[in-house]
Amino acid sequence: MDENVLVVDADLAHATMSVDFANQYPDRFYNFGIAEANMMAAASGLANSGYKVFASTFALFGTGRAYEQIRNSICYTHANVKLGLSHAGPSCGEDGGSHQSIEDIALMRVLPGMTVLAPCDAIEMRKAVFAAAAKDGPIYIRTGRLPTDICTTEATPFEIGKSVVLMEGTDVVIFACGIMVAQALEAAQALNAEGISAAVVNVHTIKPLDEESILHMAVTCGAVVTAEEHSVIGGLGSAIAEALMGKAYVPFEQVGIQDRFGQSGKPQDLFREYGLTAEAITKACIRVIGQKSASGKKR
Amino acid sequence: MFMTELQINQARQIRIDILKMLYGCQSGHPGGSLSLVEILLALYNDVLRYDPQNPSWAERDRLVLSKGHGCPALYAVLADKGFFSRESLWTLRQLGSILQGHPDMRKTPGVDASTGSLGQGMSVAVGYALAGKRDGHHFRVFCVVGDGEAQEGLVWEAAMAAAHYRLNNLTVLMDYNQLQIDGTNDQVLSLGDILDKFQAFGWEISEVDGHDIDAIAKTLNRPVSDKPRFMLCHTIKGKGVSFMENTVGWHGKPMDQEQFDAAMREMGC
Repeated sequence: MDENVLVVDADLAHATMSVDFANQYPDRFYNFGIAEANMMAAASGLANSGYKVFASTFALFGTGRAYEQIRNSICYTHANVKLGLSHAGPSCGEDGGSHQSIEDIALMRVLPGMTVLAPCDAIEMRKAVFAAAAKDGPIYIRTGRLPTDICTTEATPFEIGKSVVLMEGTDVVIFACGIMVAQALEAAQALNAEGISAAVVNVHTIKPLDEESILHMAVTCGAVVTAEEHSVIGGLGSAIAEALMGKAYVPFEQVGIQDRFGQSGKPQDLFREYGLTAEAITKACIRVIGQKSASGKKR
Repeated sequence: MFMTELQINQARQIRIDILKMLYGCQSGHPGGSLSLVEILLALYNDVLRYDPQNPSWAERDRLVLSKGHGCPALYAVLADKGFFSRESLWTLRQLGSILQGHPDMRKTPGVDASTGSLGQGMSVAVGYALAGKRDGHHFRVFCVVGDGEAQEGLVWEAAMAAAHYRLNNLTVLMDYNQLQIDGTNDQVLSLGDILDKFQAFGWEISEVDGHDIDAIAKTLNRPVSDKPRFMLCHTIKGKGVSFMENTVGWHGKPMDQEQFDAAMREMGC
């Protein structure tokens, strides 16, 4: 156990489950109350005194409410603070649009020196936490609220900045992160049943992006679909578009939230309403493959 | 108020440096830098434990200048104490300088927190003070805030946390010159009775003449209770330059040559 690890939360320890750490290591846990901005700036003070600080709250209140504290006190000083923020995206369900963060990846991604991780399942989450603890500097780890399908195994490699090909394919590549990885795998299986060879790449690190592998997969498959439980503006799909811009001339579609706020509902109903399903990914894949043949393959 | 000749000369030299730095870069904040001089001298002469040869010494006392726009005063004092050369002062706000327009702990030896976005420094100071209370540490934390800065809600989040965690290793000093960019505190957004407010938040309070080095140091060197300390330092914005003193317009205005020459004459140059 790393004695330098401290955990801070803002009166959500029972929702984020940081309470488990608090119960086991009460002298290394600080509850800052419902005051996320103070928590984030104080976390930088703790970190810049030599501690490894894991800051926990909901993604919206961390990246949104305390944005400028993360920017100026944590990122600008390159403080060793890990933002382990949960309840991201519409999958937090009934609480509604005020609590469903759709912009957190975008907000964190634009900060110089910030690393952005969106693990796809519990196995990968565990690896991400240990990898984050071992790496100096600010890191955002995005998690949802729901239990997730298991998409990886203990043996699946995990290295910050290295995407993982979960399914090989040649006709289209699906780049996904977080809970959309499971949907991407389901979509690829459905496509395979139709005789379409779809690759699935788990892009657990959105920043620094694994540009080389992503470019290779995009060019090899010649058609790209991205899938994320986040706005299509500024998230994984945007990051991949930026990486491919001027380098790969391929049909490209994003599956994600189309510039709308969330709302209350059961997570499964919300996924359908916002197009965050395997079916939506499947349809996008068929469309980009169609564009590929229409445009006479790659230029 | 009684200041020794040594103190008077030291404060005058710091003010000369501030004026030269700000005239040189034709930007920055003269009023709130000049009001800070004696507060910083008291801290660096008589209170803080530090080692200019080892600015990142783990057990040093921390100084967080939460009102980061007053940094020319801090830079002049740090240069005077040997954290970096006085020549560096004349690079303030220039491309590639170790002296940024607002404090940057990653660029400037002796700067303990990157501040300037008001309110955040006080929360960072709370984080430092929590660290200073953990096993094996003994350092203390001093944080200088502006008066207008207390309009930031973050200051009160930090105030609540400091009292809750009984951070008696934390002292917040307020540079109480009562002026901010758009007018007096009372014209812009009244602070009310700021001492009462901190007391109600669970802090030990005191007030001093913020231009009396010995009075500030004496109060800071008193034994501490189990509470964080808040010290109201009555100051004059633009202190030392007659045409800047208590004048709202000198928050962030560059001096022209005539004004600079007049200011330097008042400094006895």
